[in-house]
Parts: sequence; structure tokens; C-alpha cells
Amino acid sequence: MSDIAQTGFSFDATPTMHNDDPGKAISGFWLFMMSDLIIFSLFFATYATMLTPMSIAGGPGPKDILELRSAAFETGALLTSTFTFGLASLAIAHGRGRAQAMGWLLVTLALGLVFLGLEGREFARLLDIGAVPQRSGYLSALWGLVPLHGLHVTAGVIWLTILLVQMGTQGVTGRVRAGAARLALFWHFLDLIWIGIFSVVYLGGLA
Amino acid sequence: MTSQELWSLALGRLDVDALDFLKAFYAPSENDDILSGAAWVVILGAVTVVALLTIFRAWRPLFRDWLTSVDHKKIGVMYIVLAMVMLVRGVLEGVVMRAQQADGLTGGFLSANHFGQLFSTHGTIMVLFMAMPFLTGLINIVVPLQIGARDVSFPMLNSVSLGFTTAGAALIMISLVIGEFSTGGWTAYPPYTGRVFQPGVGPDYWLWAVILSGVGSTLTGINFVVTIYKERAPGMGFMQMPMFTWTALCTAIMMIFAMPAVTVSSAMLVLDRYLGFHFFTNDLGGNMMNYANIFWLFGHPEVYILVLPAFGVYSEVASTFSGKRLYGYGSLVAATMVIALLSFTVWLHHFFTMGQSADVNAAFGIATMLIGVPTGVKIYDWMATLFRGRIRFTVPVIYLLAFMMLFVLGGLTGILLANPAVDFQVHNTLFLVAHFHNMLIPGVLFGLFAGYTYWFPKIFGFRLNEVWGRIAAFNWIAGFMLAFFPLYVVGAMGMTRRTMAYAEPAFQIWFHIAGVGAALLTAGLASLCVQLWVSIRNREQTRDIGGDPWDGRTLEWATPSPVPEYNFAVIPRVHSREAFASAKAAGAGYPEPASYADIDLPGPTWTGLVMAIFGTTLGFGLIWYMWWLAALSFAVIAVTLIGRAIRGDRHPRVIPAAEVAAEHRAWLARIRALPAAPRTQERSPANRGMAAPEYRDLRP
Repeated sequence: MSDIAQTGFSFDATPTMHNDDPGKAISGFWLFMMSDLIIFSLFFATYATMLTPMSIAGGPGPKDILELRSAAFETGALLTSTFTFGLASLAIAHGRGRAQAMGWLLVTLALGLVFLGLEGREFARLLDIGAVPQRSGYLSALWGLVPLHGLHVTAGVIWLTILLVQMGTQGVTGRVRAGAARLALFWHFLDLIWIGIFSVVYLGGLA
Repeated sequence: MTSQELWSLALGRLDVDALDFLKAFYAPSENDDILSGAAWVVILGAVTVVALLTIFRAWRPLFRDWLTSVDHKKIGVMYIVLAMVMLVRGVLEGVVMRAQQADGLTGGFLSANHFGQLFSTHGTIMVLFMAMPFLTGLINIVVPLQIGARDVSFPMLNSVSLGFTTAGAALIMISLVIGEFSTGGWTAYPPYTGRVFQPGVGPDYWLWAVILSGVGSTLTGINFVVTIYKERAPGMGFMQMPMFTWTALCTAIMMIFAMPAVTVSSAMLVLDRYLGFHFFTNDLGGNMMNYANIFWLFGHPEVYILVLPAFGVYSEVASTFSGKRLYGYGSLVAATMVIALLSFTVWLHHFFTMGQSADVNAAFGIATMLIGVPTGVKIYDWMATLFRGRIRFTVPVIYLLAFMMLFVLGGLTGILLANPAVDFQVHNTLFLVAHFHNMLIPGVLFGLFAGYTYWFPKIFGFRLNEVWGRIAAFNWIAGFMLAFFPLYVVGAMGMTRRTMAYAEPAFQIWFHIAGVGAALLTAGLASLCVQLWVSIRNREQTRDIGGDPWDGRTLEWATPSPVPEYNFAVIPRVHSREAFASAKAAGAGYPEPASYADIDLPGPTWTGLVMAIFGTTLGFGLIWYMWWLAALSFAVIAVTLIGRAIRGDRHPRVIPAAEVAAEHRAWLARIRALPAAPRTQERSPANRGMAAPEYRDLRP
């Protein structure tokens, strides 16, 4: 082995085992969120292009149907939930015990459910006043974008429930810890998306 | 409840009229005979496969060794089998269309609706269910071997991706038997594919097939990117990666960013069709221009998703079969990255005529022409690789040479089309059809065939028959030229695409020539089948025992053929680019490890198979409004995935170090006993997969 570059490849004296890098799953999840972000961006872009009179098509526009009050409460619930999830992550990272981690996760779950409840009430109100997606291109875009986020939060709530059950039965194992790390990313990601929705749909629409 | 209501509750909108294979009996006509005939081919094909599996008692091995396997090589092979089946259907559909247009002056023999279904399925199949699975299969097989890995990062997810892709393909096959396919082309532009103009099941088949396979491809992209980032053998930096791995990386990144766009455009069209939304309708503020934009945000990167891995294959083929280091590695890497990036900036050139301003068109026209630059760099790099090499005229090299000449021609017509002023003249004519076939057949299909021929011995342990390979190659090449060059002419004369008949006698002779080309392409397809048959029959003469039949340069050739399921007995430490070539040149191509370790392998899983079956029934239920079936299938898919996520891999296996050592030492012993074959005997039975040392390019 005079010139190691020319030997191309060799075998180590003590070979590496299977690559069990826990970073793999997190990397994969980041990539998944990037592709999910493309989905949201396209729904945002569609929403922006459908704010025109042509797409509103004589139906109600944002000012006629949107209300800031409910959206503000939804925002409050979701932003607080992302904070409490952060506290849960800290509790897990610093080994503060299962009870503390699960406590914060339960608060997060409750806030997520509050958000979904408020959003459901908002949807019911829209349907009630005739702001249905079948009315116009603009309303289609609205009903495409906002419930898509709601569906994501629903998936997050289901995932969080499963994680809590796992944590309750198995304790804070490596597996649970890794799952919690991914769910945390997902949850904060949905929070960011909601800030986009709140700014573009609600603040932008009512400004 | 009346029987009518009961029927629609159970079977949705499915009725006897939807059964194509019965049409020939109660409404015989030439058109319906073809329609029913095709349906019967699918049915008989399925019955034959089931019968053969039963006769040869292959069901249990099929499930145990293949369908539930998470081995990246087996998943790759299954992808390619799927691609081959779809290739047969896609080519035959193309041939029927060529025949129809050859007869088009007198109206031909097909109904307009049938012709519309043909070009729609042909395009959808060739792009999404032939080329995509084929390249995904090749990447699956080759990349983990090239980077010295045990498997992809997420083996179970790999199987799930295959399941979703298969479900999409299955829906397209089912559309031949039950109901009809969309007549809206592979792009499915609304409002024509909306529910006002096509209320039937056709566009729904397209939508769910595309959505299912799109999800599969997104997951595949994620899997490959993580694999290439995280699983490279120690010592292999990015600039030590083989060129095919580089192109696979760029393609995978593009899959992650491009596939969501088609998921979005399809989901919006689904909302329009199923729930009466107005994203793309004519009335109430729908905007079909949004569809064109979103679809082509996927569609344009998609053609580079297809062509980049083929470029990777050509790079490997050029350097291996000229016995030279790949010329301009750095520039090839840069060109690949630049193409991947630029491909996201040109989507608008697919609809220059839609009415945006001339300035916008000019910007996208210039961006389009820019792509010619990195592509040109690549062509020069391959030429320089071949230059003064010891080139062997093997089947992959034949495809490579045909590609280099034909692809440049197609690229030049692409530069013409990139000019909006020219595009306005030939938009939606057969000139365009000729152009993209000129890119996709020599660019993608020939590359896939070259890769298939090149890596076949690595997986199956014997080489493909050379004679039939050449016959197939020459049929494909000549057939392509005869079938598509005339379309440039009629396109420039003004013949629109997707048109089944014409009144201009001057077109006819060109369509007759194209018809001859189509016959040659059919012969090419048949030759491929014969080649496979002959190769299997004569496999003892082409046995690849050493694992290195082509004097390969990258790590995959440093393994036995067929590759053991754990790939490498010991994960190698990589010291240079083209590591195996350098090792062989230093006389150290087959080192024996000092020690072996136990190998952990993931266990088999039914998850992927569940996705394939219930993905298909989910799509079928949604297409035919069988809501109970759709809900049930969705529940099964969700519960399976969640269950797997909670329980993890319950059957992981460990291969003991002693067993690995025994197998590896036995292989090393076999190699030492093998006569080394010089390159002059590469295609003779003397080539047992052990390359004799020859002139090698040793410059660093």
C-alpha cells in the first residue's frame, strides 16, 4: 500500500456494521416536508391568482365572508401548541421524565383539537352563508388551501395520539424519541404554513 | 330499497356496457373488434400468468422471494418487469396509431374516441409507467452497489413505492377491460377533461393512476436522496461517486420537487370532477391556465427526470467500453446539476401560444435554449471519453452511438421550438411530436436498453445474447428514424397532432414511410423478447462467474454475479473515483478482508403488496363511485402503514459472519481459478467474468 489512492478500495481490519444512523429518518422526513411545501406553495399560488374579479365570478369575495375574530383564536391555539410541543421536546431531550413530556404533549393535543374545532366551526359558518366551493373559482381556491392545512393538522393529531399511546406503554424509548422528533418537525412546519394562511388569506383578504 | 338503488350502492356506475371485451359480440365493427381484442389480450395474459404460476408451482416462491422482499435488487427487477409489460402495450398502441394514420386519407379504421384513448394511454404509459419504472428499477439495482451500500436507506418504503406505482399501472390495464380511458392526452388538459365534457370514467382512470404513481415516485425520490447522502461507503466523497449515481441523485431530487406539482394539478381536477369545484372549469371563474402552469411545473422537470439517468448510463457505458477513465467528470457533474436546476425554469415553453406577453415568452425561450449548453458539454465529454479509447462495439455502445447522433438532431429541433416565433408556427403539430420522440427514444429508451444490457449479468449471472441484442438495436434505431423523421415533414406542412384523419394527399406518403418505421419498431420489440428467451436458453455459454464481464470500473463489478442479498461481504473503504478500475490496475482488485462481521438485514414485509392491491381497489372504487370499496381500501392502507410504523420490522435477520466469510472465500477461490479473458474475447464464451489486465489509463 505505497500509494493508497491507486488501490481504489480496501477492507478495514474491523469492518463497519450495518449503517444505523438515526439521522437517516430525520433527513428523509425533511425531504418529505420539502415536497409537502411544494404542494402548499402551489395551493397558495393558485389562491393568489384566483383573487381576481374573473375568478370571484360575481360571488362573495374575501371581505364578504372572512372574519378575523375566529382566525385570531385559531392562530392563538396553534401558535401556543407549537410552544408547548417545544416544551415537550425539551423535556424529552433533557430527560425530565415521561410524565412531564406526556403532560406537555397532552396540552399540545388539546390545543390542536381546539384549533380543529374552531376551524370546523368557521367552515360550517362559511357553508351556512353560502360561501361554498361550488360557487366560484375563488371559493374553490379558498376551500382547496385552508382545509388542506386542516387535514394535515388532523393527521398530526392522529399521529400525536399514537405517539402518546406508545409513550404511555413503552416509555421514552429510542424509537419513541425519534418519532417525537419527526412529529415535532411536522407540527412546527404546520404552524409556519398557518402563518402563511393567516397572512395571505385573512390579513391580506381583509386589508 | 329498489334493486336499482342496491346496484348503484354496490357497484356505483359500473354496468354491463362498460365491459369492453363483450362489445365485439353484440356490436361488431372493425373498431370494436380491436377494442375487444385488446381487452381479451389483457384478460388472457392475466389468465396465462396465473396458469403458468400454478403449473410451475411458483406461487409460494413468488410471494416469499419476490413480492414480500425488500431487497433493492429484487425491487429493481420487479420495477423493470413492470416497465417491460407496459412497454409492450405502449409500443403496440403506437403501432396501431401509425397504421391508422397511414390509412388516414380515407378515414382509417378507428373511431375518433378510440384514437383519443390510444394517444392518451400511449403517452401516459410511456412516460409514467414505462420510462419511470424502468429508470427507478435501474437506479434501485445499481446505486446501492455503486456506492458500496447494503441496501437503500428505507427498504420497506421502497417496497411501498413499488406498490403504489404498480397500482397505477394496474388501473391503466383495467381501463382496457372495464370502461374506457380518457381521451384528453397524457397531459389531461381541462376543461376538456372536466366533468362537463367527459362525464364518464375516462379522466378518472387517468387521475387516480397518476396520483397513485406520483405518490410512489415522490417516496422513491426521498429514498434515493437519503440513500446517496447517508449510505455511501466510508471514503466515498461526493466527487468520488460514479456518474450514474450522480445522475440518480439529481433525478431523485427532481422527483421530490416535481412530483408534488402533478399531485396538486390532479387533486384540483379531482375536486372539480367529484365535488363540483371551479379550479379549471369554463364557468364561474375557473382558470384552466393554472392547470397548464402547474402540470408543466411537473411535466418539464419530468423529461429531465427521465433523461438524466439515461445520461448516467451512457457515461458508464462510454468509459467502460472504451477502457478509459470518464473524460471531464467534474464538468459532467456540473452539467447534470445545471440541467436539473434549469429544468424548473422553462415549463412555460409548453404553452407559448397561451396568450402571455411576448416578453414572458422571450424569457422562457432563452432559458430553454440555455439547457442546450450543459447538454452539449455532456456530448463533448462522451466523445472525448471515446476518443482514442479501445472501443468495443457491444450492444450498449451501439445504443450510445445512435443516441449521440440522433439526440443532437432532436436537440437542434428543440432549439428551433424554443424560439416562440417558430413555436407559434408548429405548436401542436406533428413537428413537436417528432421532436419529443426524437429526444425520448434515443435519449431515454436507448439509454434504458443500454443499461439493461450492461447490468443484466450483474443481477442474473449471465450475459444477454449479443446477436439478438444487435438485431433489436438496429430495428429500434432504423425503426425510430423511419417512424419519426417523416413526422417532422408533415408537421412542418401543418398536420396537427392527435388527429386521426386528414384530407391532404401530400401527407400520405410520409405516413406510409412512418408506417414502415412502426413495423420495424415492432420487430425491435419482438427481437428483445427473442433475445431474452435465447439468452436464458444459452445461459451456460455466457455465464458470468467472476462478476466483472466488461472490465468494469466502479464498485458494483467488484461483487459476485448474481449479487448476494447483502451486496458486499464487507463494506469497502473507497480511496478513489472509479475505485474498482484503480484497484485492478494496482493488482488489488479482489482483496480478502482480514475479518468479517455479522450482517443485519431487514425482514420481508407484506406492506408493499398491500399497497399494490388496495391501492388498485382504492382507485377502482373512486373511479366507479363504489364508495364502500374506496373507504374500505383506504382504511386497510392506513391501518397497514400505521401498524407497520408502530411495530417496526418484526422479522429482521442476521447473517452470521461465518456464513458471509464462507461464501465470500468460496467466491474468491472460484475467481482465482478462472481464466482471465482479454477484451478481444469479451463476447465469446471465454468471458467468464474475470477481466485480464490490459492497457489502463493510470493518469491520476
